[in-house]
Amino acid sequence: MDGPLVEVRGLTKEYRRGDEVVPVLAGLDLSIARGDYVALMGPSGSGKSTLLNLLGGLDQPTAGEIRIDGVSIGELGSNELAAWRARSVGFIFQMYNLLPVLTAEQNVELPLLLTSLSKPERLARARAALALVGLSDRARHRPRELSGGQEQRVGIARAIVTDPLLLLCDEPTGDLDRKAGDAVLDLFDALNREAGKTIVMVTHDPRAAARARRILHLEKGVLAREEG
Amino acid sequence: MARGQMLAITWMNLQSLPARWGAALVAVVGIGGVVMVLTATLAMAQGFKAALDFAGAEDVAVVVRGGSSGELSSNLLGPEATVVADAPGILHDGAGPIASPELYVLVDLPMRVSGTAANVPFRGVGARGFAVRDHFRILAGRLFTPGLYELVIGRGALGQFRGLKLGGVVRFGNQNWRIVGVFEDGGSVTESELWSDLHVLQSTYRRGNSVQSVRVRLASPAAVAQVAAALKADARVNVSVASERAFYAEQSKALVAIVTILGTTISIMMGIGAIFGALNTMYSAVAARTREIATLRAVGFGAAPVVASVLVEAVLLGLAGGLLGGLAAFVAFDGIAASTLNFQTFSQLTFAFMVTPRVFVTGVCYAVLLGLLGGLLPGIQAARLPITAGLRST
Ligand SMILES: Nc1ncnc2c1ncn2[C@@H]1O[C@H](COP(=O)(O)OP(=O)(O)OP(=O)(O)O)[C@@H](O)[C@H]1O
Ligand SMILES: [Mg+2]
Repeated sequence: MDGPLVEVRGLTKEYRRGDEVVPVLAGLDLSIARGDYVALMGPSGSGKSTLLNLLGGLDQPTAGEIRIDGVSIGELGSNELAAWRARSVGFIFQMYNLLPVLTAEQNVELPLLLTSLSKPERLARARAALALVGLSDRARHRPRELSGGQEQRVGIARAIVTDPLLLLCDEPTGDLDRKAGDAVLDLFDALNREAGKTIVMVTHDPRAAARARRILHLEKGVLAREEG
Repeated sequence: MARGQMLAITWMNLQSLPARWGAALVAVVGIGGVVMVLTATLAMAQGFKAALDFAGAEDVAVVVRGGSSGELSSNLLGPEATVVADAPGILHDGAGPIASPELYVLVDLPMRVSGTAANVPFRGVGARGFAVRDHFRILAGRLFTPGLYELVIGRGALGQFRGLKLGGVVRFGNQNWRIVGVFEDGGSVTESELWSDLHVLQSTYRRGNSVQSVRVRLASPAAVAQVAAALKADARVNVSVASERAFYAEQSKALVAIVTILGTTISIMMGIGAIFGALNTMYSAVAARTREIATLRAVGFGAAPVVASVLVEAVLLGLAGGLLGGLAAFVAFDGIAASTLNFQTFSQLTFAFMVTPRVFVTGVCYAVLLGLLGGLLPGIQAARLPITAGLRST
């Protein structure tokens, strides 16, 4: 298929708190090509996480349309949307969000429970993903027995194990020191340049943003300018 | 696939249970307490029923004066009793019809536990008294001797009243009675009674040859209608005839109803309390895992498996509580003897708590229901919380 992977038209998001309406996104347009690597920057509270959540189908826009790989996700029902998320997006969170009772391997296997793969196939895939992030030797560790950087690499393995179209990362290095952060960014580089993954990464760190192909700045509810 | 999702999430929930054992224990113990009360109540009702059912032979009929509600308010003169014994449908043996005229009075004895006076049935029976009771058996000592001031006591009476012991003497009707034996009667209400020779009791209480009731052995259970019809047609008597089972059921209907209603009401009230305990547990279980649940849903797990997993956990906690409560009730109450006043007969009824498998299972089912109700709202809440809000929570 050709054309951009992500197409956003007139995206508006307002939060309602009692009588008060908080406008966050105000008619935002955005287009992201397949295989692109986009860093999303902007002041705190500018709506970066909001935009990312909308792209991932975690939240509903007030107005506007989001098309991803030709699918208008606003038209999906909640069960369809959940299934679409399972197939199409991998989320990487600032605080990793691993499930504490599961081992690294089980955490990575988790999204595969939503597929029709057999247990041996799931395990093989989970192990391959862990190998890709360099954590084969930590497969049986629980999150609490891992460093922050290792936890985030498990999070990345979980996000890529289903081979999604799009990786959405919300401040993935925000809680890591420079060395661990660099390791994560190196992984993104490899995923983008070698595996052709499309990545959208929210970040406050100009050094991290500099690794992306494009840098977008979100201000006052719209994309103010672009570098890259 | 939805089932696979549910199993996966449930399995994870249960693995995190040890980390929240405090709240889980509150729910289990709360539900367990309710189930213990419910089980004890049901066991009591069951014991009542057993005491009444056992007494109730189908092929024995009790004949009392027409319109009287029980033996106490009945009275049959000697000739009337003879007419009853001659009715068709009554089984005969070498000695004639198997019919037992019986005198029934109430005497006072202090209860063993409270010391307060209670009405104890004192029954006078002739030789036929044993031919109309299949389960009657002397447990200790011997039978009374006809013509003497001797009595035998039911094992229920022995346990419940002060001053009764084998070989002892009690004073009723200005006479000293020697207790010469203890009997059982298949666990029936009869075991709450004292028995002596019919003629001795009649003369003690100056009853001439009148009796309260005649128990007859029927040719077959169906013959009860034949006996009733024949006696109804006979102008010499005015009696009512009922099978022993029907007679006892009627006698204790109100008591059984009250115990059952009271027990059920108490169990429901306590159950409401226990539901709040379970609710609380499941709310905290859900709250503790808000971010995990949101993560699962972000990854693509559906809302239904999330609700189902919360419910499954709540039901398992309920099940644990139910088993715990049922076992506790079994250990604490099963086989324990107790007695109560049957205000329909004005006599003390002794019975044993019976935690039967059916009673146990009923208690466990109730516990599972409590768990289910307690898990429902938290489960729905977990599924309805916006994912973005869940992901932000700490
Ligand atoms: N559920 C909500 N209800 C009401 N207001 C909200 C809600 N979520 C976000 N907001 C508001 O929307 C605005 C954008 O929030 P968002 O989290 O997208 O910002 P951000 O750019 O990611 O900020 P940061 O860099 O601090 O993470 C903020 O003003 C925030 O207070
Ligand atoms: Mg943010």
